[in-house]
Amino acid sequence: MSRRTQPILKHLLSARSRSVTYMPRPGDGEPRAVTMITGDGVGPLVTGAVEQVMDAMHAPVYFEKYDIHGDMKSVPQRVIDSIKKNKVCLKGGLKTPVGGGVSSLNVLLRKELDLYASLVHCFNLQGLPTRHDNVDIVVIRENTEGEYAGLEHEVVPGVVESLKVITKFCSERIAKYAFEYAYLNNRKKVTAVHKANIMKLADGLFLESCREVASKYPSIQYNEMIVDNCSMQLVSKPEQFDVMVTPNLYGNLVSNTAAGIAGGTGVMPGGNVGAEHAIFEQGASAGNVGNEKEVDQKKANPVALLLSSAMMLRHLQFPSFADRLETSVKRVISEGKYRTEDLGGDSTTQQVVDAVVANLD
Amino acid sequence: MASQIVRRLTRSRANGIFSSANPSFFARGFLSVPSDSNLITATLFPGDGIGPEIAESVKQVFKVADVPIEWEEQFVGTEVDPRTQSFLTLENLESVRRNRVGLKGPMATPVGKGHRSLNLTLRKELGLYANVRPCYSLPGYKTKYDDVDLITIRENTEGEYSGLEHQVVRGVVESIKIITRQASLRVAEYAFHYAKTHGRQRVSAIHKANIMQKTDGLFLKCCQEVAEKYPEITYEEVVIDNCCMMLVKNPALFDVLVMPNLYGDIISDLCAGLIGGLGLTPSCNIGEDGIALAEAVHGSAPDIAGKNLANPTALLLSAVTMLRHLDLHEKADRIQDAVLKTIAEGKYRTGDLGGNSTTTDFTKAICDHI
Repeated sequence: MSRRTQPILKHLLSARSRSVTYMPRPGDGEPRAVTMITGDGVGPLVTGAVEQVMDAMHAPVYFEKYDIHGDMKSVPQRVIDSIKKNKVCLKGGLKTPVGGGVSSLNVLLRKELDLYASLVHCFNLQGLPTRHDNVDIVVIRENTEGEYAGLEHEVVPGVVESLKVITKFCSERIAKYAFEYAYLNNRKKVTAVHKANIMKLADGLFLESCREVASKYPSIQYNEMIVDNCSMQLVSKPEQFDVMVTPNLYGNLVSNTAAGIAGGTGVMPGGNVGAEHAIFEQGASAGNVGNEKEVDQKKANPVALLLSSAMMLRHLQFPSFADRLETSVKRVISEGKYRTEDLGGDSTTQQVVDAVVANLD
Repeated sequence: MASQIVRRLTRSRANGIFSSANPSFFARGFLSVPSDSNLITATLFPGDGIGPEIAESVKQVFKVADVPIEWEEQFVGTEVDPRTQSFLTLENLESVRRNRVGLKGPMATPVGKGHRSLNLTLRKELGLYANVRPCYSLPGYKTKYDDVDLITIRENTEGEYSGLEHQVVRGVVESIKIITRQASLRVAEYAFHYAKTHGRQRVSAIHKANIMQKTDGLFLKCCQEVAEKYPEITYEEVVIDNCCMMLVKNPALFDVLVMPNLYGDIISDLCAGLIGGLGLTPSCNIGEDGIALAEAVHGSAPDIAGKNLANPTALLLSAVTMLRHLDLHEKADRIQDAVLKTIAEGKYRTGDLGGNSTTTDFTKAICDHI
């Protein structure tokens, strides 16, 4: 009797209620091709983790792997073609050499595919103690222009200029995406982060676009906050934020700060999306390549990429696989036995992956 | 003047700067050399709103602590002075230039056009190139972070806040960020000098040079050049997104941070948030020829003005920073200890710290502790 009641007891005790069923179209279960860029540093480790878990779930995705590195001059055409064909990509971090004269491949990829929205979801995980509670922030960041337009030149020796470009077109579409995201995900408030008291024209244009879009969503609260005040509020009262929409640079800082207060960049999922394509990767950019110790000892944290792949599964319209993956990861974190170093444990990547696989329903 | 310096050298306590034979910094004039009578005149801008009350606190505490400073009070005009194009009169500016040291209370920038903002005027006219904010957790005032002890040094004149914007065509705006070798070297020199004179071990340069390769790359190169002259201080470079994350997870990892204008603005406010907000954060602006203008970075709080409820901590701690710049370390330590002890005891705390003492009670408690 014990062998049969075990799984029933487990089911009852986990109190998992099924949601109302998702009715697919015939043929939706055909395996989908997803481009996979293994990346540098800990990239191969964490993307390998995702592969293992997808395999264990028998998820209807298969990966077309490409091996590119951050010090290449540009992204090879075959990789771009693959992403254009598959529409979806999963990627590990690509290391950008500092001051090396090479443009960041991460940025190049986003520009080439016009992935104009970068999204990071920062939230408290049960069982992971942090200084701040009640954090559930989604940072939506403009990904193509702003300070990262890459237009720099030396005027005379010792004087360098860098251009920050803000256009109405890009500001409008990111604002639209932010409000649409809030609307589709039942979010109540959108905060625009800016520095328009100093950069009156540039950030002023950004704010103008946000205000116009806000007027079309009267049920969603909208407010604006200056970026320095915003950083201060994030570290003292993060529960006041819901969805945040920002230009490029501030988004980088805000998303990393929010990820840090919610538990660290090793666990926050995220992705980049455009009109036609989407690339999923570790949400916040800090530490996405890892350091040498993590690579050597194989102790990188796969949670961020696993949760991002769950986001990817939902994007591909496989919600039950996404739910199973997320539930398993959250259970492993809350149990606390298998955690990598950045979360206060000392497990290896493989141990965490095995735990996730074991916890799959 | 050189003989005066030598005389002070032999008289005063052995401190980091004097034990090192570094002639260049004398020439640069980081230090304000006091006049012969040993009484230093300092400009005081009480400011608006709660400004006059907290300035009064500072004067009282300084008197009890027997600090050799004579205050020269300056008031901002109510009309635009045509010589300076702002409410700050020429006399105000001349006073700071003459005394080389000043303390500024919160000033409310009047809304309207036709004049420059007060802070901008001060910055431009006095050449205030570095903004220094020491951030340390106040014992007894609990925030979510207890072990913060860092200093942010921010370049204050160029970078993203140069104010050079224009509309290229309708719907397309460009804003120019400028980094020059001269300004970067200047602020890097000050950062390392500060680290040395205050016994700090490590200086971290914060940047985004992996994306903004030429601009932040130039800033980093200047920091590296200056770092070579101070081999005893550890120098590291941290990308800004890493820095943000590390600051909120473990602020004890940082010591002295030096950064360009925009990052400095955001990071220094973030650090202020870690220790309890702008109402408790000291700040000091360093200008050419050793000018130092300490200021309170909080607002003028017009709603509690005149009610004896304001918290003078920020202005007091800023005044302490000013004293350290003047090398009056012993007095600075005594006042700082008194302030921290009063807050730690918890008996006398103003409203914003969760207590219900008045400004005068709080000030008296500090005076008693000296």
